Amino acid sequence: MEQSSNIARRKFLKITGITGAALVLGVGFSEKDKIARVFNMSADAGQSHELTPYIFIEKSGVITIMNPKAEMGQGTYQSVPALIAEELEVSLEQVIVKFTSGQAKYKDQSTGGSSSVNSNYFPLRNVGASAKEMLIIAASKQWNVPVAECYAENAKVFHKPSGKSLTYGQLAEPASKLDVPQKPKLKDPRDFKILGKQVARQDIPLKVSGKALFGIDAEVPGMLYASIERCPVLGGKLVSFDDSAALKIKGVQRVVKTERVLGKIKYMGVAVVADNYWAALQGRKALKVQWDYQGYDQFNSRDYEQSLRVLSKKEGLVAHNEGNFDRQFAGAPHKIEAFYETPFVSHSPMEPMNCLAQWKDGKVEVWLSSQGAEWTRDTIAESLGISKEDVYVNMQFNGGGFGRRILQDFAVEAAGISRAINKPVKVIWTREDDTQLGPFRPMTFSAMKAGLSNDGKVTAFQHKVISPSIDATTAAKYDKSKADETMVEGISSQPYEIPNMKNTYVFSDIHLPLTWWRSVTASTVAFPHESFVDELAVAAGKDPLEYRLEMLTKPSDTKRVLTKLKEVSGWDKPLPAGKGRGIAQWVFFAGLCGHVVEVSKQKDNSIKVDKVYAVIDLGTVVNPDNVRSQVEGAIVMALTAATKDAITFENGKTMQSNFHNYRMVRMNEMPVIEVHILAEGGPVIKGVGEPGLPSLAPALCNAIFAATGTRIRKLPFDLNKIA
Amino acid sequence: MAELTLTINGQTHKVDVDPQMPLLWVIRDFIGLKGTKFGCGIAQCGACTVHFDGEPIRSCSYPVAGAVGKKITTIEGISEHIDHPIQKAWIAQQVPQCGYCQSGQIMSAAALLNHNHTPTDADIDAAMSGNICRCGTYQRIRRAIHQAADLINNNKTA
Ligand code: FES
Ligand code: FES
Repeated sequence: MEQSSNIARRKFLKITGITGAALVLGVGFSEKDKIARVFNMSADAGQSHELTPYIFIEKSGVITIMNPKAEMGQGTYQSVPALIAEELEVSLEQVIVKFTSGQAKYKDQSTGGSSSVNSNYFPLRNVGASAKEMLIIAASKQWNVPVAECYAENAKVFHKPSGKSLTYGQLAEPASKLDVPQKPKLKDPRDFKILGKQVARQDIPLKVSGKALFGIDAEVPGMLYASIERCPVLGGKLVSFDDSAALKIKGVQRVVKTERVLGKIKYMGVAVVADNYWAALQGRKALKVQWDYQGYDQFNSRDYEQSLRVLSKKEGLVAHNEGNFDRQFAGAPHKIEAFYETPFVSHSPMEPMNCLAQWKDGKVEVWLSSQGAEWTRDTIAESLGISKEDVYVNMQFNGGGFGRRILQDFAVEAAGISRAINKPVKVIWTREDDTQLGPFRPMTFSAMKAGLSNDGKVTAFQHKVISPSIDATTAAKYDKSKADETMVEGISSQPYEIPNMKNTYVFSDIHLPLTWWRSVTASTVAFPHESFVDELAVAAGKDPLEYRLEMLTKPSDTKRVLTKLKEVSGWDKPLPAGKGRGIAQWVFFAGLCGHVVEVSKQKDNSIKVDKVYAVIDLGTVVNPDNVRSQVEGAIVMALTAATKDAITFENGKTMQSNFHNYRMVRMNEMPVIEVHILAEGGPVIKGVGEPGLPSLAPALCNAIFAATGTRIRKLPFDLNKIA
Repeated sequence: MAELTLTINGQTHKVDVDPQMPLLWVIRDFIGLKGTKFGCGIAQCGACTVHFDGEPIRSCSYPVAGAVGKKITTIEGISEHIDHPIQKAWIAQQVPQCGYCQSGQIMSAAALLNHNHTPTDADIDAAMSGNICRCGTYQRIRRAIHQAADLINNNKTA
């Protein structure tokens, strides 16, 4: 007993690096009650529950909160620990925040789907509240006074009548002997000091002084650097390589084969390992590699686009069917059809993919930027054929994620090289690698159809999605007989009251690696859907905002968002000639946001994006300033995707390589952005990181139509070249 | 290989490296100052911006041999206690998201304010358009630069 508890305790010290904790509380799944419970791990460390420690209070008064969510810019460094700190009655300045490592059973350490705050809202508040109650009870016992006379504030427990106090550090040990209250009283949101308030993010001072450590900054003694040559035609196979010239470059130590794993896809590569990165790059250039392109050098994205257009004539698999679309559409007095196209795009986070791996005695330790420590651990273990317990993950700050760092291909490469050479090695992708090798957001086309009555009402509506599939490219199994739910996500859940609707999906095969990109399918289907609704409004001779509201007679969140947009954007105020505004909204798995975009036609006929109003609907808001920041960022990312470059392929090769031909919106192209938050309170918490993106492109194109009469149906387009 | 002497943040460092190696990798991996970042390697993103005698340069595209004899400043050298007016303004405006581009943004902004204490929006566009922020923090950067200029000007009059 004693021994097992010691082992458990040691394990957990290794996980956290915290040695003197007197009070440790965690969350675990209780097999007995089938619910998540708060556990006192100071006493329970030897039990078999798969526990997730969250709060450590040391006798010295140091308080540590574990954060299971990756920080990639979206503010979880602050917003997730804030949930605990609020209930614990400590400020964020009084605690140390540590990332979990993927080693212990921290349930769900992955970061995606805008879920970091909403999935943790109650469980983490509960842990904080339990700890606070235990500390208060401990104090009341010490003073021999009723619990009701004690309260917690500022990392101390106070006795109200006498004014005396004890710090959490002083109370940690006696509190650790107490039972854990399972239903602690949660604070009334009116008493919140952190949640819902403008609280400065604790990672920001680190990030303005160069002190924040990202994956690329990790170091261990004796570490080498690697750069990997991979087939320029995705899908090609390695035949042979000649490394004689590479090995002559000063600093180059080894050349080894590598494997890149993306689900079921495996790509071979040749890694040049050197004692500095520059030498590794020079060595890579000196490699002579023979590839077998496997016929993929026949692939051209222009042909692929054409094949999707042909496929769009197919009926497709039914994703959603209500009423009788076919009959109503056939009999409609006005029929409108339109075809919309969105391209492949790359995530291009500012920090290129990288990973430091150290193989030692059958175990591997890695340092990296990843969207999920658990994903990193599991993918490495599986790819290298070792047990999960033998993979130790150190999470660093993420220099952007946007979905790219969900896949762990770069971590597997690093771990494999380190094993092959039995030395620590840091793999750093070049920007060219990052831009050209995927995984990409899938090219997605949409065929839209609607029937209108004589008074302009929509009586029949169809959104048909034609695209390759994320799951089909990387998952082991794919069912072609069903409409792919990921690829049609959101198109059937818009609250417009349309009587006859049939949404369908046409699958198209592809050999490229595809994956989620910030807001996933919403980023490709909101554009056709909400642009088409605009087309219908124009056909009906109605104001696009009023037209939408007329289809929303019942109360809905979308209706509230549109109504708020109307008010904040001054929608009813006429604009001078040459200017136009457009509106769009999108509700999907991650949440709900709407935009009004204002554009103006310049003397040279180019279009300037003047202003963007955004309204995001949240329910409960944790940090309003961070929400605004996320929406501003999502708008910029959407603007880049709409108006800059696509990823295209010729003879199997990616035609874009770096920021000169895969361009980003820059400072001089920035519109003014105004973000409004709808937060009604209550238990509903919607996502923040993604909803600000999908409706920007349709709102922009609707604005351009209003200003110029030109309807844009293909992304990306050039703001300087609009007819 | 060549033995070179560099002056970075007021300290001299001797390094023995390929003179063609970009200054960026020398700063990061030989001197060990990790605040300067790699984003593109071709002078397109500004993540690697440092100062030569107060002027911004892209260290990813600058052979280290050319840095000899220059006064090099990196993000670590602009203040000791995170209290440069730009850093103060950056914190006040809560500019960074992922933070990866921000060392470069701050170095470009600091160089702008070295010459120009009353930058207009157009000045900011001109000085900052070489720095990409994939997280899209530009609006806050603009506000923070105006605020930092105010801090500098108020200090002068105070
Ligand atoms: S890394 Fe130097 S400008 Fe991008
Ligand atoms: S803050 Fe992430 S790239 Fe600028």
